[in-house]
Amino acid sequence: MTEIIVVTSGKGGVGKTTTSASVACGLARRGKRVAVIDFDIGLRNLDLIMGCERRVVYDFVNVIQGDCTLKQALIKDKRLETLFVLAASQTRDKDALSMEGVRKVFDELIADGFEYIICDSPAGIEKGAHLAMYYADRAIVVVNPEVSSVRDSDRILGLLSSKTQRAEKGEEKVKEHLLLTRYSPRRVATGEMMSVGDVKEILGLDVIGVIPESPDVLSASNAGTPVILNEQSDVSRAYEDAVGRLLGDTLPLRFLEEPKKGFLARMFGG
Amino acid sequence: MGLLAFFRRSQPTANVAKERLRIIVAQERTARGGPDYLPTLRRELMEVIRKYINVDPEAVQINLEKEDGHEVLEFSVALPEKGKA
Ligand SMILES: Nc1ncnc2c1ncn2[C@@H]1O[C@H](COP(=O)(O)OP(=O)(O)OP(=O)(O)O)[C@@H](O)[C@H]1O
Ligand SMILES: [Mg+2]
Repeated sequence: MTEIIVVTSGKGGVGKTTTSASVACGLARRGKRVAVIDFDIGLRNLDLIMGCERRVVYDFVNVIQGDCTLKQALIKDKRLETLFVLAASQTRDKDALSMEGVRKVFDELIADGFEYIICDSPAGIEKGAHLAMYYADRAIVVVNPEVSSVRDSDRILGLLSSKTQRAEKGEEKVKEHLLLTRYSPRRVATGEMMSVGDVKEILGLDVIGVIPESPDVLSASNAGTPVILNEQSDVSRAYEDAVGRLLGDTLPLRFLEEPKKGFLARMFGG
Repeated sequence: MGLLAFFRRSQPTANVAKERLRIIVAQERTARGGPDYLPTLRRELMEVIRKYINVDPEAVQINLEKEDGHEVLEFSVALPEKGKA
């Protein structure tokens, strides 16, 4: 069985690629065979976050156009045995991806025994985002606790329930999950930021994870190591929980409150 | 801006955000699920109403609700306070 999961948001820059990389790693760490695919044609970035940018020879569009085999284009992760990355093309031709092309690649991945296909969607609600979600069984809707992000994600929910294969064929609907990221418990406590409860209430979605705002995300992308692999970080623990929930675990949400600082940390602002 | 407000770095605005979102999301969901003519209907109704009453677009709400088997198009106009129109 292969499950196709799209990581999407509508609004740009909210944390889709960060989430795709960490969720893919989290699943692979549990021994699952995972392919994570960058759908952001023209703006390849997943390779950098995964730390495999110098190993990209062929990309998604090359496979679709028959320039190479899928095997040649899949980049095997150096840390996790069962994890593979398919890079986006840097072409400026947005039409290089087609519905049939995507289907062909998915079918090959399925035949090859991949258990999860993670689709890192581009921002927006145009063709790229549509293609990334079209074949999905599940969607992780990445949201920041901020008005424009919440509104855009609701538009994405509208597309998920009308413009996907499942919707068109009248099959069981795409399972939708809310992943709230860049969450700042301190600002929620002071009433400056909407809480997870607020966002959940507005969108009416089940929450698969709440990821705290943290400088660890930048260090991780600097290093090309998905942040979930930094075990010292609360962000890693929060993503691990989200992956657990994706696999059906019931886990309480963590990191919703400001960490209590010790005396020294308070003195020196650590 | 008073000195105090200046030093209080940010205001508790989360509840404002939530309320605004609640309304706009409901409105957009109605438009999405409903017939294509809804936005036009809303605009045209607004024009008619404004011939008689000076209301803000915000005061005009259209809601499409499903009630056991049939749909109800709900339309409400919040009238301006006396003396302000
Ligand atoms: N939990 C977090 N804490 C702090 N910064 C974060 C967090 N998550 C993401 N970011 C930062 O937000 C920025 C955007 O992240 P990312 O590239 O994952 O978003 P995206 O949704 O994929 O963007 P795009 O729409 O351009 O593809 C990056 O600079 C990243 O480091
Ligand atoms: Mg991205």
